[in-house]
Amino acid sequence: MKLKTHVMDAAGINRALSRLASQIVERNVGTSDLLLVGIRRRGVPLAERIADKIEQFEGVRPPTGQLDITLYRDDLSTIGPRPVVNKTDIPADVTDSTIVLVDDVLYTGRTVRAAMDELVDFGRPRRVELAVLIDRGHRELPIQADYVGKDVQTTDNEIVKVMLKDYDEDEQVIVVETD
Amino acid sequence: MIRAGSCTRSATEMPFNRKDLLGIRELSVEEITTILDTAESFKEVSARSIKKVPALRGKTVINLFFEASTRTRTSFELAAKRLSADAVNISTSTSSVSKGESLIDTAQNLQAMSPDAIVIRHPSPGVPQQLSRLVSASIINGGDGAHEHPTQALLDAFTIREHKGQIGGLQIAIVGDIMHSRVARSNVHLLTRLGAHVRIAGPRTLIPVAYDRLIENSEGSLTICDHIDEAIAGSDVVMMLRIQRERMSDAFFPSLKEYSIQYGLTLRRLETAASDCIVMHPGPVNRGVEISSDVVDSARSLILDQVTNGVAVRMAILFLLIGSEAQ
Repeated sequence: MKLKTHVMDAAGINRALSRLASQIVERNVGTSDLLLVGIRRRGVPLAERIADKIEQFEGVRPPTGQLDITLYRDDLSTIGPRPVVNKTDIPADVTDSTIVLVDDVLYTGRTVRAAMDELVDFGRPRRVELAVLIDRGHRELPIQADYVGKDVQTTDNEIVKVMLKDYDEDEQVIVVETD
Repeated sequence: MIRAGSCTRSATEMPFNRKDLLGIRELSVEEITTILDTAESFKEVSARSIKKVPALRGKTVINLFFEASTRTRTSFELAAKRLSADAVNISTSTSSVSKGESLIDTAQNLQAMSPDAIVIRHPSPGVPQQLSRLVSASIINGGDGAHEHPTQALLDAFTIREHKGQIGGLQIAIVGDIMHSRVARSNVHLLTRLGAHVRIAGPRTLIPVAYDRLIENSEGSLTICDHIDEAIAGSDVVMMLRIQRERMSDAFFPSLKEYSIQYGLTLRRLETAASDCIVMHPGPVNRGVEISSDVVDSARSLILDQVTNGVAVRMAILFLLIGSEAQ
């Protein structure tokens, strides 16, 4: 794998998340009934950081949850090695809330489809929105993000790597090319 | 909250690649841990308002029970259904087995209907192994004679881990009819493998000589106590076993009343155990025989937690065996 482009550094990620947070509260006119749900793995710390920023702006921290979409994948029977199933944790009542799904990269849209299917098993949200740090295109399903940190043009043989200090040594977004 | 475990191990792959679950004996510590960790994630599904995930959609699980069962069969059926698999129950009293069909013919006929997994309970030890050679479906041992009952031991371990944080270093007493108990055998393998110290107690007539070899090979992690009080003293966990009258052809002890006095668990006997000692029983419970009613209903008793956890553990096992194609 060889490095193709630097998309964001740590400060860039932080600025993008600030913008997403302010867009979320602006569109939803505050934080009432708001629930941020991160998609495992890297959507989870991103949802937490956005919630922290919303608290700075509004004085109220919206509740956060996490989804593990493994059991809802459409390629579960063919992905080969046994996938790790991690915990899903939705702390608040989903029914009648506005849920913002948070993920690091929006690509084919299949993860988001699985996440929405899982979410509605917890209740009937009033609205579901999608916030992503990076939208790299190449959708295979009719899914759009409501809040995008940055659009990145990519080709099929490239990988967008979002590194966060919660899981990785570095904090940055890069595009690498596979061989 | 992010669990520490999910950060350290590989995010996409688990050390589990088996066709069948026949016994605890052949499982590695890593495989056991994988099952318990996966079950932890599945426990939440049963707490949802819609208790179903699509993971095993289109898969078929057959419960083939040659012995009476309420808990295990219902637990497997619910586990399969909560994963969206189709579950079919066959009990021998209503099947062609009562018309004289042999096990091999039954197995081949079931195989012809392409199930993905068959859960089998049978009074003869080794039947699940035999079946696994005959059919391509995954075989799960739901109890074979006095040999093994791996899913019970796994749900026991899950329950202990949930309450004690870990299993290594615990003092665990297993008391009662050791000889007829596949639960005891599977638990001895599992708990000692995970680093617990297990003391077994029961009438000498109900402790099979085969345990002498287990003790020799256990490097001190397994001991036999002659008296129940000896086993309970200082224990973190007390696991009581049912007197299996249906399997007893000889007189192993003078009377149930005497057994109850000698080996029955009472609140008073529990006083010598660790102050946070938990009490477990695989069920069905004979109140007033191996365990007194007030112990069953006490706050220390985790008997119903075991049943709840059984569904999560069996979901994990079904998922790991038939959830995705083996490599």
